[in-house]
Amino acid sequence: MWGSNARETHPIFFHHLLKGVHNGAKLFAIDPRRTTSARWADLWAGLDVGTDIALAHTMAREIIASELHHREFIEHATRGFDAYRDSVEEWTLERGSRETGVPADVIREMAHTYATSPRAMILWTLGITEHHNAVDNVLSLINLSLLTGHVGRYGSGLNPLRGQNNVQGGGDMGAIPDRLPGFQNIENAELRAPFDAAWKTTIPPQRGYNLTQMFEAMEHGTLRALYVIGENPMRSEADQNRARRLLEGLDLLVVQDIVPTATSEVADVVLPASASWCESEGTVTSSERRVQRVRRALRPPGEARDDLDILFDLARRLGHDWGVPDSESIWNEVRRLSPAHAGMSYARLQAENGLQWPCYDETHPGEMFLHSRLWERPVPGERAPFQVLRHELPVEGLDDEYPFRLTTGRRLEEYNTGVQTAGYKSPTRRGETLDLSPEDAERLGVRSGDSVRVRSRRGEVVAPVRVDESLRPGLTFMTFHFPEDVPTNLLTIDATDPRSGTAEFKAAAVSIEPLAG
Amino acid sequence: MDIKIIGAIASADERAAVDAVLGPPASGWDGGTRNAALDSRMARGGHAARDRRDELLPALHAVQDRIGWVSAGALNYICERLTVPPAEAWGVVTFYHLFPTSERAPRVAHVCDDLACRLRGAEQLCATLERTVGPAGAPIEAGPAAGSTWVRSPCLGHCERAPATMVIEAGAPRRATTLAPLATAAAIAAVLRDPVLEIEPPAAERLRALRASVPQLGDPALRLLRRVGVVDPTSLEAYRASGGYQALVRALELGPQRVIAEVTASKLVGRGGAAFPTGRKWEAAAAAPAKPHYLVCNADESEPGTFKDRILLEEDPFAIVEAMTLAGFATGCETGYLYLRGEYPMAEARVASALAQARAAGLLGDSIAGSGVRFDIEIRRGAGAYICGEETALFNSIEGKRGEPRSKPPFPVAVGLFGKPTVVNNVETLASIPGIVLDGGADFAALGTPGSAGTKLFCVSGEVERPGLYEVPFGATLGELLTLAGGVAGGGKLRAVLMGGAAGSFVGPSALEMPLSFEGVRAAGTTLGSGVVLVYDETSDLMDALLRIAEFFRHESCGQCVPCRIGTVRQDELLHRLRGSSHRGAEGARLGELKLLKELGQAMRDASICGLGQTASSAIESAFALPLGLPGGQRA
Repeated sequence: MWGSNARETHPIFFHHLLKGVHNGAKLFAIDPRRTTSARWADLWAGLDVGTDIALAHTMAREIIASELHHREFIEHATRGFDAYRDSVEEWTLERGSRETGVPADVIREMAHTYATSPRAMILWTLGITEHHNAVDNVLSLINLSLLTGHVGRYGSGLNPLRGQNNVQGGGDMGAIPDRLPGFQNIENAELRAPFDAAWKTTIPPQRGYNLTQMFEAMEHGTLRALYVIGENPMRSEADQNRARRLLEGLDLLVVQDIVPTATSEVADVVLPASASWCESEGTVTSSERRVQRVRRALRPPGEARDDLDILFDLARRLGHDWGVPDSESIWNEVRRLSPAHAGMSYARLQAENGLQWPCYDETHPGEMFLHSRLWERPVPGERAPFQVLRHELPVEGLDDEYPFRLTTGRRLEEYNTGVQTAGYKSPTRRGETLDLSPEDAERLGVRSGDSVRVRSRRGEVVAPVRVDESLRPGLTFMTFHFPEDVPTNLLTIDATDPRSGTAEFKAAAVSIEPLAG
Repeated sequence: MDIKIIGAIASADERAAVDAVLGPPASGWDGGTRNAALDSRMARGGHAARDRRDELLPALHAVQDRIGWVSAGALNYICERLTVPPAEAWGVVTFYHLFPTSERAPRVAHVCDDLACRLRGAEQLCATLERTVGPAGAPIEAGPAAGSTWVRSPCLGHCERAPATMVIEAGAPRRATTLAPLATAAAIAAVLRDPVLEIEPPAAERLRALRASVPQLGDPALRLLRRVGVVDPTSLEAYRASGGYQALVRALELGPQRVIAEVTASKLVGRGGAAFPTGRKWEAAAAAPAKPHYLVCNADESEPGTFKDRILLEEDPFAIVEAMTLAGFATGCETGYLYLRGEYPMAEARVASALAQARAAGLLGDSIAGSGVRFDIEIRRGAGAYICGEETALFNSIEGKRGEPRSKPPFPVAVGLFGKPTVVNNVETLASIPGIVLDGGADFAALGTPGSAGTKLFCVSGEVERPGLYEVPFGATLGELLTLAGGVAGGGKLRAVLMGGAAGSFVGPSALEMPLSFEGVRAAGTTLGSGVVLVYDETSDLMDALLRIAEFFRHESCGQCVPCRIGTVRQDELLHRLRGSSHRGAEGARLGELKLLKELGQAMRDASICGLGQTASSAIESAFALPLGLPGGQRA
């Protein structure tokens, strides 16, 4: 488990993970903090924030040096191994330990256990992806799985844990800038053609903006209207002062959500929507690519309407009559246009408790895991490439003025900016805190509950201290669950990975000043 | 593991007590001092830490022994050390009544008020103590006994010398002894006052007491009891000189299969109460594919009125150690646990000494008797929970959990201790094994009756002339056994006999001709159970005994399954109503109560998970079916 506090952030998934642990599976946790997830682990490695590639390279180097890599798999199913091997050669245990802070014997143990286990998985979440080099971080983990053959086989693989039950489904259905439904590349004319035909229109051949690019476009004045469905960028964007200025400066802001949010407060039009898990018909797709039916159990309250209803009505006002919305006929349209979903009729989804794509026809059982082709001889299609990567520290280094590393994350009882959770009572809710190591607290002369001013190059907040022994000296932690009380994202940096568009929420430099009284 | 430690912190003494059992903490993460450089970079835990869960009870015992009670701070520290959530540990510590969780004086007299001791005035004794010394549990505040207290206790297993009191003094080391008979409040108060608690009586006195406990002592016909009072139980040399360890040597020559064949041929069945064929149990466990296998000696002798295993463990501990070694060899176990009830301090000392000597002599360890076969034994102490005598509850207790029975199947031979194939044998069962291996199964099978092979130990107590532990071949009649014990005390008239303890049943004088064999008692509608023969005469208050039995089950029900948890409470309430004045003269109402009693019994028999609930009404129902003149029952 690498850069994931699933115990708190994916509690249902973690429950399944614990079944494996109770069946004897070993669990390693790689995280700067010894989180509640890490407390379940057989071994916790507390690396420095932003040294994931260094750690992955060191593990790889140790695996290769100990000749524990999967030569046969590498030879048959991958390419670029020699260059990769040369690129990690300098990452000896000593160097890796120096760079990451993790003791050499711990790195060695993790490397050997991962390489020699008959089955092994790597799970990750935002600890890997909320960095300016997010894609490289992910690629470094993929390298490890290729090196050891822990991919494309039952019980092995790479698992990015999704933040919501349908993040996978959103991407699969084309709710990302460069994809059409079925995860088909919009810039590929051949893939685009069936959509043009089915929809009797010409789809723009270029990808759109991702969220970061949208904010850049707003900054440049080229994006003047925004339609926000189920997001709260006013609170969730890094560098919030900027986010507010840009959102307030738009010509038109439309927000469609199930509850009022900070973003809907500044919107020109608010469209109250239904809660999709209980007030809508349709499907969701989980992290394991399983498409499942969702059924309507309740009528949406008041004037709230189903998302489909709203979209259909909007289309009609814009001059396109799509008829009466019906989830099954829309789904059948997906099946016609997305080969990976073609075999998933509503009847089958119901009878078989969901199906995992790809599922090419009505007789196809779906695939339990992807990339099994890598084990076929010869490998059909492209071989999996090793990537040569460079370890890069976070954009913002530490200095005398901002000597503390601030990393942000989430807690069990809260959800993101609190839109859906802050309204509920929780016996364990403790509000926003600046979590500090016991050593730093002592050095600063503060105790749990004392107020401090936390300042970064972008802004400052005041928060109570919580002394937390899961932190090492120099490392501090905050959530962004209570933006009304403590707008943590005033502190975070909007340095983003150009390929994924994700900001480096995990690494800012801050100073801490105890407040009297 | 999700663990939130809040509040109390352990004292230095409490930490030292825990560390003495668990070893020092490895890092700041498990209760040690935080080393920021290392502890903020790595931590171990996970399986390695959780796999130590079975050390929870030993750790709690360590604190109890040293301090006299288990404070929240001590519990917190143990939780940190073993990564057990405090809420879970709280569920465990409060399950066992020998772990008080509020402050208690270091020296405590546990005064038995159970069945046999009641017949010797235990209730009046407690009343006097309350008047003269103070309420139970409250520390004595002034005078030479200051810093001590007394509490009531369930059966202490000294019924033949009732009334009994166990005195425990917490400290390093703990000192504990059981005094019986100790018949007056003044005598108990005197023990509480003693500047130094005497735990080992002079040898002459000990032998005198032993002669009283085992009236047949020295009889050449004895088999199980032949060494008692004759061979020094503290000396391996003496044990070997009396033929000890010949059976193990023979077994190692025979090999596991032939040993099991002899045990099967002997027709030996379990002596703990369930009478399951031992050979079949061994065969099934030996053949179980899962590894490792475990051996458990069930020495949690808690059935009120039972004291046979205690005497075997105190007076012939090497025999049990040898028998366990032999059983472990035969069934492919490398580890044996002797689960000893917490109320047997003398037995614990004797067995611990026997284990140490056997280990030093190479009779336990990596190569038992030079055979290359590995086997060792660990003592696990119970902490006051009758239910832990049930084999699966006992497993849970060893595993550091509440002693709640598991559903069967799966049976222990397939899925037992730590989920592995496990052989559980009672102490008396094991004591029969060396003889079977040396003399052959056929020889043993020839003893007793065709349906019940061998000899049986009977714990005779109550209103008889010579209460004590008796060994007779199966088939002797109840009358013969009572004659052996000198008949009813003072030449009185027999009224009833409680067979098999609280979970057994009452028989009347008409049962004197009943042969004491499994088939004989079954025909008479009763049970041998654990061998309890508790005698009541015309002067005994039987209703008092029934109330005590009902209270006992109400208290000892583990609460896991509804029929037993509710049923034992309703049964107790019902008996109090019957004894009370509410139904005076109203025969119809009494009959209604008896009908309800039967319904409760049936529900508990039908639907309880384990034997406790299934037998919780048997003694009480049986008494009302006899012509004993109980309210609502048959006329005398």
